[in-house]
Amino acid sequence: MDIKVRVWRQSGPGDRGRMVTYDVKDVSPDASFLEMIDVLNERLILDGDDPIAFDHDCREGICGMCSMVINGVAHGPEKATTTCQLHMRHFSDGDVIDVEPWRAKAFPVIKDLVVDRSAFDKIIQAGGYISAPTGTAPDAHATPVPKKDADAAFEAATCIACGACVAACPNGSSMLFTAAKITHLGLMPQGQPERDSRVIDMLQAQDDAGFGGCTNMGECAEVCPKGIPLSLIGRLNSDYRKAVTKG
Amino acid sequence: MAVDTPIPKTKNAAGATATPTPRTVVRPSSVTLKIIMAVSGIVLVLFLFVHMVGNLKIFLGATDFNHYAHWLRSLGTPLLPETWYLWIQRAGLTIALIAHVYAAAVLTRRARAARPVKYAHRPKIQSSYSARTMRWGGVIVLLFAIYHILDLTTGHLNPNGDREHPYTNVVQDFAPDRWYVTLFYTLAIVAVGLHLAHGIFSAARTLGQQTMKGQRRAKHIAIALSLVLVVGYLSVPFAVLTGLVD
Ligand code: HEM
Ligand code: FES
Repeated sequence: MDIKVRVWRQSGPGDRGRMVTYDVKDVSPDASFLEMIDVLNERLILDGDDPIAFDHDCREGICGMCSMVINGVAHGPEKATTTCQLHMRHFSDGDVIDVEPWRAKAFPVIKDLVVDRSAFDKIIQAGGYISAPTGTAPDAHATPVPKKDADAAFEAATCIACGACVAACPNGSSMLFTAAKITHLGLMPQGQPERDSRVIDMLQAQDDAGFGGCTNMGECAEVCPKGIPLSLIGRLNSDYRKAVTKG
Repeated sequence: MAVDTPIPKTKNAAGATATPTPRTVVRPSSVTLKIIMAVSGIVLVLFLFVHMVGNLKIFLGATDFNHYAHWLRSLGTPLLPETWYLWIQRAGLTIALIAHVYAAAVLTRRARAARPVKYAHRPKIQSSYSARTMRWGGVIVLLFAIYHILDLTTGHLNPNGDREHPYTNVVQDFAPDRWYVTLFYTLAIVAVGLHLAHGIFSAARTLGQQTMKGQRRAKHIAIALSLVLVVGYLSVPFAVLTGLVD
């Protein structure tokens, strides 16, 4: 099939950037979205043009690198699917597809579709850890965890920190990301010592990085490739209120 | 408020204390602002319910309604002097409204700053009309509240404007030839309903509602409560318009 892509081109952080249209011919319906861009890039290189810079690593939906807003939707039209797992068969011949980087003050564009997501690292550094004694690993059954908690923590832990929640949020908020980490660590017995300081510090890091506040619109959960539930934000709110009032 | 919150201490297994890192930038956190908004919003919603019940007394006739309106002024007596309670309540509601609008304004500013460059392909928003219009809807509700006080509380914008006869004020206000007043009132009440259809759910979430099942329930309750308010408030002008109350 033949398509047109309108891609955000920006040579560096200082460049203003613009949407540039490219024709891509003979696209295989079995190609992934990233492979379609690979094909386009090969042509651009042959033509002596600058290839489109984009982030990717695993290409199997687990690393969270492939940040692209496709036709206004983070990770494109397929639910619970990263861009690297999105296939061209979900588009039709003659389509014009808009491709843009994540848009957030905390995620400045480095080049084209590549953004700097180190604001997420700052949030993790602020409290996304547990203090564990070093030495040999304890027996797996040394600390019992209720099955329900283990499952819920695991569900939250599937967050791959791709940043789609921020890209989709009308407030540019990373609340779903932070809530996933708060839930994941706060549900486990090992996460209890820092439970209060964690939520205060991670929220502080999030606010300081320039993310907006949450208004419970739910756009984040719609685009989340891992289906992190929106309700986890309530857990963050509740943990935060308790931590602050405990004193 | 988080700004002057003592730093919580938690002992970990090794007896060490995990304390939040001291802040560099001191400003209310986004969740603190949301809690202010939720608590002040709930205060306002509670008032709206009580106020609605009072309004519905119009269906019992002029004597009952006027009696209720006058009773409001003597509420709290003899413990408090006449009209004192009313002024305390007014002060409380004003503080709640100011806190609510202040928090909304700060969060709106932060949200705008959080996305300096807009998407060229504007994303489709899947969330409800109600959730998308919280900010402008809130501004409309605020403007309406000011108009409404000048109309039926102080009487400045009321055709009758006689504080001793609230029943007549209401009936003349919503008289059929003043249809534009009824129209504006209707739009404003619908705006309140829309604000609360998302607002009540959002307040529950802000205060810690955290399961998907509870989320569905909270959304349904929010819509039901908003509908009760809209119907309750609109019944009065429409009863006047149709001659049911005169
Ligand atoms: C009768 C007056 C009002 C009532 C009863 C009311 C009630 C509420 C409630 C219960 C919430 C939910 C709080 C939360 O998100 O946790 C809320 C949110 C909000 N309100 Fe109001 N409000 C009123 C007036 C206003 C006004 C005058 C404005 C703005 C000028 C406003 C702007 C907002 C905004 C921006 C939100 C946040 C939206 C969100 O969380 O999605 N409200 N309001
Ligand atoms: S490239 Fe790793 S998730 Fe898409």
